[in-house]
Order: sequence, then structure tokens, then C-alpha cells
Amino acid sequence: MRSPLLRILGVALLGAVIVVLLSIKLNAFRDYQIAEIAVYVIAIAGLTVLTGLSGQISLGNGAFMAIGAYTTALLLAHLGWPFVAVLVVAGIVSAATGAIVGVAAARLHGPYLAGVTLMLGVALPFLAFVYPSTLGGDQGLNVVYTQPAFLGVNFPLTRWQAWISSAVALVVLVLLANLGRSRVGRNWRAVRDDEVAAALAGINVAQARVLAFVVSAACAGLAGALLAIITALVAPGAFTITLSIALLTGAVIGGLGTLFGAIWGSLVIVLVPVYATDVATSHGLSTTVASNIPVAAYGVVLILVMLIFPQGIQGGVLWLLRLLGISAARPSHEASTPDAMPSAGETPARPHEKEGTQ
Amino acid sequence: MKRLRSQRLRVPAIAVLATAALAVAACSSNSSSSSGSGTSSGSSSSAALTASAPGITATTITIGSHQPLTGPAAPGYSEIAPAAYFAYVNANGGVNGRKIVYKYLDDGYNPTTTASVVRQLVLQDNVYAIFNGLGTPTHLAVESFLNAQKVPDVFVASGCDCWNSPSTAPETFGWQLDYIREGKILGSYIKQHFAGKKIGYFYQDDEFGQDGVKGLDMEIPKSMVVSRQTYVPTNVNIGPAVAALHASGAQVVVSFSIPAFTALLKLNGLKLGYSPTLVVSNVGSDAITLSGLLESFAKQGGATVNGNQLTAGIITDGYLPTLGETGNSWIALFKKVHDTYDAKAPFDGNVLYGEAVAYTFVQAMLKAGRNPTRADLVNAINAGLPQGPAVAPYAYSSTDHDGITGAYMGVINNGVLVQQGPVYTTDASAGGAITTVTATQQAAPASGIPSP
Repeated sequence: MRSPLLRILGVALLGAVIVVLLSIKLNAFRDYQIAEIAVYVIAIAGLTVLTGLSGQISLGNGAFMAIGAYTTALLLAHLGWPFVAVLVVAGIVSAATGAIVGVAAARLHGPYLAGVTLMLGVALPFLAFVYPSTLGGDQGLNVVYTQPAFLGVNFPLTRWQAWISSAVALVVLVLLANLGRSRVGRNWRAVRDDEVAAALAGINVAQARVLAFVVSAACAGLAGALLAIITALVAPGAFTITLSIALLTGAVIGGLGTLFGAIWGSLVIVLVPVYATDVATSHGLSTTVASNIPVAAYGVVLILVMLIFPQGIQGGVLWLLRLLGISAARPSHEASTPDAMPSAGETPARPHEKEGTQ
Repeated sequence: MKRLRSQRLRVPAIAVLATAALAVAACSSNSSSSSGSGTSSGSSSSAALTASAPGITATTITIGSHQPLTGPAAPGYSEIAPAAYFAYVNANGGVNGRKIVYKYLDDGYNPTTTASVVRQLVLQDNVYAIFNGLGTPTHLAVESFLNAQKVPDVFVASGCDCWNSPSTAPETFGWQLDYIREGKILGSYIKQHFAGKKIGYFYQDDEFGQDGVKGLDMEIPKSMVVSRQTYVPTNVNIGPAVAALHASGAQVVVSFSIPAFTALLKLNGLKLGYSPTLVVSNVGSDAITLSGLLESFAKQGGATVNGNQLTAGIITDGYLPTLGETGNSWIALFKKVHDTYDAKAPFDGNVLYGEAVAYTFVQAMLKAGRNPTRADLVNAINAGLPQGPAVAPYAYSSTDHDGITGAYMGVINNGVLVQQGPVYTTDASAGGAITTVTATQQAAPASGIPSP
């Protein structure tokens, strides 16, 4: 039997090759979209681990993205650090905030947890208005970051952005896939399915829950840092509650708890509005109608996926592969989706939850 | 397990079909757009008109924009983009025989979306220029990108003074009266007409309000200002701010606010029995928009008010001719264009704004030459544009990228803004004098299309 780590690395390498080929083949705007998709993949992967594996909900991951983005903007503008160092610090700062939120969150369940994280998502961007001299207020902060010199001046900036974002996304996915298979991941699933049983088995429930928040926040922070350099601006308008909801929607559409689902979800979030606009305008609809088509299309996709594949697009893909008799595909997917599928559907409603198990 | 699967088999089949249909739709739209760009690059120069720049073919000029067509900023502002004036120009021969294709995309007033849609317009749709992108935080997200790509970024729909930085952003041009100049003109009027009165400020807590206050403070002595209150557009509870203005005894309140908050200011004042003289910035004082907002807000609160009665007496400024002045040749022209091409929208300040800024773009394009490059358009504006529909001249030069430089004062009466006194013009500096424009505004051309 092959080592699971090698299999994960193999899939990641294949992903890297696909990204490089696509980025060279497609035009500059498609490169920008690849970078955007990679950013969402990172943020949604973090959220899908939190919600799908550890069973906690977050409506505030957009706020962690804001923390990563503002950290990046401030470090690049004032200290001029190399981007890799900035990226690491942005991840650490978001993770630290995630730890603080996680401590509070570990005591809360269901709607109360959703409420607290929702508050974070709504309130945090307002800090920019409270400290306008440091955080730039409504206008936000400009972020200046160009491709490294060795690539030459004629190397398209958007291609470099696509590469660096995708590289970070692949590293994050590999790490998360390993984490999900490790003792930490098993603890999360145990806590998600039955807290009392997990506690009896010797798992520190509170610690496991806080750790999930830290991992999720770190991912969101990295995504925010990359978003800052590809859009060249951080402003509170980019991190409204709509972003947090979009992340959760992406995780659910793609398939909650699966890393491949994070990729499908990001593709839907980034590509559906653009295609819907193209279709609407090329069919000569009036602007009042056409401008609302992307929102409607997004809703239709969400409803269709939930009706037909309650386990998200990844659930549908696995079903399709089984139908086609490609059984070999199943174990290779299992590497990144460690048995999350069967129980992901039952996580939301657990009325008999016990509290205060520690 | 097996039973479950066969039961569900039919439903996923539908999904697969639906996905396939979607993919086909997506592909068809894709191929149509790529064939469009194919004609642009491969157009032959059968006439003297050539494909002189990206977005320009022998028959078309394609320009792009980002506009809030959905979301919180859409009411009112979504009326700007249809720019019926372009349809009028296209129907009357176009610009040097080329039709203007105006592709404006929705950004929902979210800077991240702005960054994405503008890259789509520039990198994929190859627009010639970005025209009238709306909003300060949104447009700031793409200003450096457009300048790096050397794409003309003309007539930004925001009064931020930040668009005037020709050395760092040579491609970017403002258009409307900037908020500092506007604050100075309002401030000097208040200093003259309300000497000895207590003045209160009410303003949006961002660059819009802060720039306005900067201008006001250049003219109004600090000792006259008894209270400074702010609001953020996402919080409609401005009761405490209005109570503070009331308590300070301010007899005149200057408001740098968007229309919804001008209406809330008025209604919250009424609730307290507090009716100071209101001096409102142009952005938040369109009489038709305000009257509608007042009536709908009051209705939500279970009251009936007459919008036109409540807006009566509001003092404001205008940099385009007033809508009520039906004899004005510019208003007559834009009303005619509106009635022919955009009759469904009300003929209000936003529609007028959209048509006037479109007129300015046609002026600039004609000046840029028969087969213009992107640099030709920037150079044409840098060389200055003749005064068009605006009441004061443009500031455009190679060292100044501000647009309209002045405005008149007016009072709203029976739902219509009535001009009071002359047109003032000034600069954006603290010491800069405010002078009266003596030359009468040139009438609109009879054809409705500027002469090159």
C-alpha cells in the first residue's frame, strides 16, 4: 500500500502543474480569477475544517481575513518586509485572534456560537473607522506589491499573483489533509459526533475546539493577506458580513468537511457571477434585470445543489464516479475527505447536547 | 444503502443535465464575446478610421465602468450609468462615425468586486478607457492598477480631491466639483449670510464629509461652530447626533450627507421640534430624491408628510443648471434625450449628472482626434476642455486633474432648486480666493453634440 502522505503530495503536485499550465495558456484576467479562486480555497478550506470536522459554525471568518489583510498592508507599508515573512506574520496574528475567539466559542454551541461569530464579522471592520489615521478609514490602505525582479518586467503581474496564491493554497490543503488524518483530526470528529463520549475517551474537548478555531482563523488570515496583494487595497467595504456568509455558502455548496469541496465552492463563488453577467448582458436584458441575475444564479445553484446533492458538489462528484464504476477514485479522495461525508449532514441539529463537559 | 441510492438516482441525473445546460450556456456566451474581440483586432482599415487603440475599431469605441447597480448605494446612483446621452450620440452619427459601446458592470459598492470587474474590463474586454467609475473607496481599489496599465481613467464619479494627483496618477481625472471647493463655497455663503448665528456641522465620517468640513473650516471662523456631529452610512440611528445639535443651540446646520441621511436629519429634527436652517452639500440635496425619501421614511414610521413641504427652504449648491430651469438650453437638451432614450427613470439630478458627464466624455473624445490612442485622450484633457454643461469652467491642465471648479448657491422651493445669486469659483487651497464668474454660460449646441 502506498503512503497516504505521498498520495496527497502527488495530488498537490498535479494541482500545481494544472495551475501553471492554465495560467500560461489563459489571458491575464483569467490569471486574476485563478488567484481569486485560490484565496477563496484557503479561506473555505479553513472554514470547512472548523464546521465539517470539529462541528463548530463560524459566521465571522471574513473578520479573520480582514485581520490578515490589514496586517499585510501595515507591514508592507511601514516595515517593507519580504512578502513570505509578512504572510507568516499575518497567519500568526489571525491565529492568535482565533485563539481568543475560540476560548469564548468553546463554551458556546449552535445558534449562540453563530451569534458571537456573527457579531465579530459585523463589528470588526468598523475598527477601520475608529482608527482612521492608522487603518485608513473608509478609503482603506493601499498595498504595493509587484512581482520579484528575477522574473523580468514583462512577466504579467496577474500570473505571478495566480502562482503565489495557488502555491499557498496547495501548501495549506496538504497541511490540512494531513491534519485531518492525524490524531488532531480524529479528536475533532470525536468531539463533533459526541462530546461526552469524546471526553470519556480522554480527549480534552475544549482544547480540541479552540485548536480548530485557531487553524480556521490562520487559514482565513493567509487568505486575507493574499487578497490584500492581489486587489492592492484593503478597505472595510471588502470585509462585510456578506463575505463571511459567502465563505460558509461556498463550504456548503462544495461539500462541508471535504477539502475538494472547498475547491468546488470557490469555483462557484468566483465564476458563477461572472458567467451569469456575461449571459445576461449578451442576451440583451435591461440593466435592472441583468444586474440582479448573478445574485439569482447564485441562489439557484445553492438551492439545486442542496436539493440534489445534500452533501455538496463533492458528494455529487463521488456519486458520479461510483456510477461510472471508477472505484479507484474513491480511496484517493478519501485521503483528503476522511469519512466526513456520512455524518456531515447530521451535525447541525443535536438538541440533546450536554454543556460544560470539561 | 442500495435502496436509498436507486431512489435518488433520478434526481442527480437531473442535476447533471442542468449542469450540462449551464456549461453550454457559459460556452456560448464565451464564444460570442471572443468573436467580438476577434473582429476588433482583425478589422481592416477600409476607411480612414482605424483600430488606433485597444477598444477602438473602425466602427466602435468600447469603454467600461464600475457602478453600484445592486446593494446599499444602488438607489439613486444606479440611474447615472445608463447615460442616455451616449444612445443619442450613437443615433446621430456617433463620435467621428464610431458608436460608443458602454459596458458598465455591477460592483455592489464593494472594493474587492470593483478590483475584479475592472480587471475583467481592461484585461479581457480590452476597453479603451474606464469612464465615470463610481465611489471613492471602490475606485481607489483600481486607481493604481489603471495607471500601471496606462488606461485612461476619466471623470471618476466622486468628489474626492484624491483624483487630482497628476504626478502619481497621470491617467486619472476627476469631474464633479470636489468637496473641498464645495465646502469653501458653502462656508463663505454661511459666513456672509448668517453672521453671529450658531453653526452646527453634520457630516459623513469618511473622506466625503471630512473633505467638505476641511473646506467649510477654511471659511467659517472656528468660534461660530458650536457642534460637530458625524454619522456612518451603515448606522441609521442618528438620533443622538441630532439631539446633540439641538442641545448646542445651533441655528444653522451644515450637512455633508448622502440623500438618505439628509432625510433622516430632517425627520429626527422634526421629532424633537428642532428645525434649524439646513445647508446641504450637492450630493445629498437632490430635491426629487429627498422628497421621495422623506415620504417613504415617514410612512415606515406611520406618519404622512408632504416631501416638497419639508424640503422647502433647504439651502444648497449646484454645479449643473437646475432641473427647474426648463428654459436653459442644457436642461432642454438633456430632457429631450432623457425622454427619448431613458423615459422610464425620473428626470432627476442623478440622470442629469449621467448625461452631463457623458457629454464631457464626447467633448474629450472629439478633441483626442480621428484615430486616437489612449495617450491622445489623456493629452486632450490635459490641454483643457471647453466649458460644457457645467456652470463653471474645468480645471483640467497637465498639472491639475480636478474637474468643475465652481457652483452657484440656491434654495429648494416647492421641490425645485432655485438659483440665488451668481456662480462662484475657487481653488482647493486654504488661501485661495472665491471669485464670481461673470461670463454667461454658453448655450448647448443646437445639434446636441459638441463641436470638435
